[in-house]
Amino acid sequence: MIHAGTRPLRVLVTKIGLDGHDRGSRIVAAYLRDAGMEVIYTPPWQTIPGVVKLATEEDVDVIGISSLATDHLIVPKMMEALRAAGLGHVGVVVGGIVPEAEQSALAAAGVSRVFGPGAAREEIVECVTALGQKSRAERVDDYSEANP
Amino acid sequence: MAPSPSPIPLAQRLRAGDPRAVARAISLMEEGGSAAAALHAAILPATGRALTIGFTGPPGAGKSTLVDAFVAELRKSGRTVGVVAVDPSSPLSGGAVLGDRIRMGRHTDDPGVFIRSIASRGHLGGLSRSIHHVVDVLDAAGRDAIVIETVGAGQSEVEIVDVAAVRIVVNAPGLGDDVQAIKAGILEIASILVVNKADLPLAPRTVRQLKAMLSLRREGEADVPVLETIASEDRGVAELLAAVDACATLRPEDAAARRRTRIRRLVAEGAAGEMRRRILAWDDAAFLETLARAARGEIDIDTAARAAMEAQAGGVPLPVAVPQKADRRAG
Repeated sequence: MIHAGTRPLRVLVTKIGLDGHDRGSRIVAAYLRDAGMEVIYTPPWQTIPGVVKLATEEDVDVIGISSLATDHLIVPKMMEALRAAGLGHVGVVVGGIVPEAEQSALAAAGVSRVFGPGAAREEIVECVTALGQKSRAERVDDYSEANP
Repeated sequence: MAPSPSPIPLAQRLRAGDPRAVARAISLMEEGGSAAAALHAAILPATGRALTIGFTGPPGAGKSTLVDAFVAELRKSGRTVGVVAVDPSSPLSGGAVLGDRIRMGRHTDDPGVFIRSIASRGHLGGLSRSIHHVVDVLDAAGRDAIVIETVGAGQSEVEIVDVAAVRIVVNAPGLGDDVQAIKAGILEIASILVVNKADLPLAPRTVRQLKAMLSLRREGEADVPVLETIASEDRGVAELLAAVDACATLRPEDAAARRRTRIRRLVAEGAAGEMRRRILAWDDAAFLETLARAARGEIDIDTAARAAMEAQAGGVPLPVAVPQKADRRAG
């Protein structure tokens, strides 16, 4: 335990709502793993309170939501629930099919980025890395680390 | 790290069971360093209360599914549960896909179950370097039972012995013949043997083989029950919990001894890690000379290692010429 090293970024890759198409989320999970991140991967059909509990327990830096069938419409509600649970520092990205007209609503809710079809591996990895680092720098912990 | 708005000590919040504090403390333990060491010291007096139960066994035996069902059974008995599920890190990228959650879906809405996925981060032995500290966090947070799931383990990942009071080795039917069962390794550290997927045709044979293996053990060794489960249908899981509880009450004196061994090992591991870090970063001229001599075969590696360690540990400068074995030069 004397070792003090850097911890890999931790990312929750999941799906909320009723759609079960999880091929995309698996591919993104593998991208992030290959970039050296620890990916917590769940089955689809997670509830919003479920995502909050997952993100809390796993102490993730970034959440990636895959949405292919309008599940992105409940993402703003999820953002609210995350903030209410004290997880406002966690970066959130959405990937999948999100009509252009609806992307601004996600941005307004606090989603950092929406990846559409054709998004490149490098683009995703770079964005999640930057978000994760930002999330770690910004997190506010209501305890004193120097004096545990 | 941003300054804290309210300096309530993490240890205090953790002991009150606050899930965010628990999660943060686990991250801190994984990171290591002085803050982690201080936190660990602060929570150590509050540990030792939880029942620790380890699940190990080959990949695909059904460990995660069985843990999911077992945790439900623990909840039925009114106990709060912490789960630590370890999955392997990639040796190439250092990344990991932690997928034990895939089979543990039924507890996502239950605050009585706290699940944390841990990557092995290059640590061999089926667990992670920080596993003891992580388990201690959950223990200090007041979880009644802590379930530890190892990575899919082969035959020598026996570290779970130090971590878990009750060890369950999960087998699946048809994974090997009866010689596999008498090889040394994880079967020897089992408190309970489980044959999961017991509805498969080869299950009775696997049970027979395991029982035959147990009959070859020395007299006086504790009895190891062999149970059959079908985790995906919750079958045999109530019996498994009963066996775990029986096993835990049977040998309470083991707990204190295990705890002493555990602390000793933690100290040894900490010392080894620190020594390794120091020696890898050491560029003292005398030490470089020692390395060069070892490379030329003038001194052997063990001698060089001991000299380096003693110089580092005692702060005693390395002698410029390490005493060497006479026969080396003569040869």
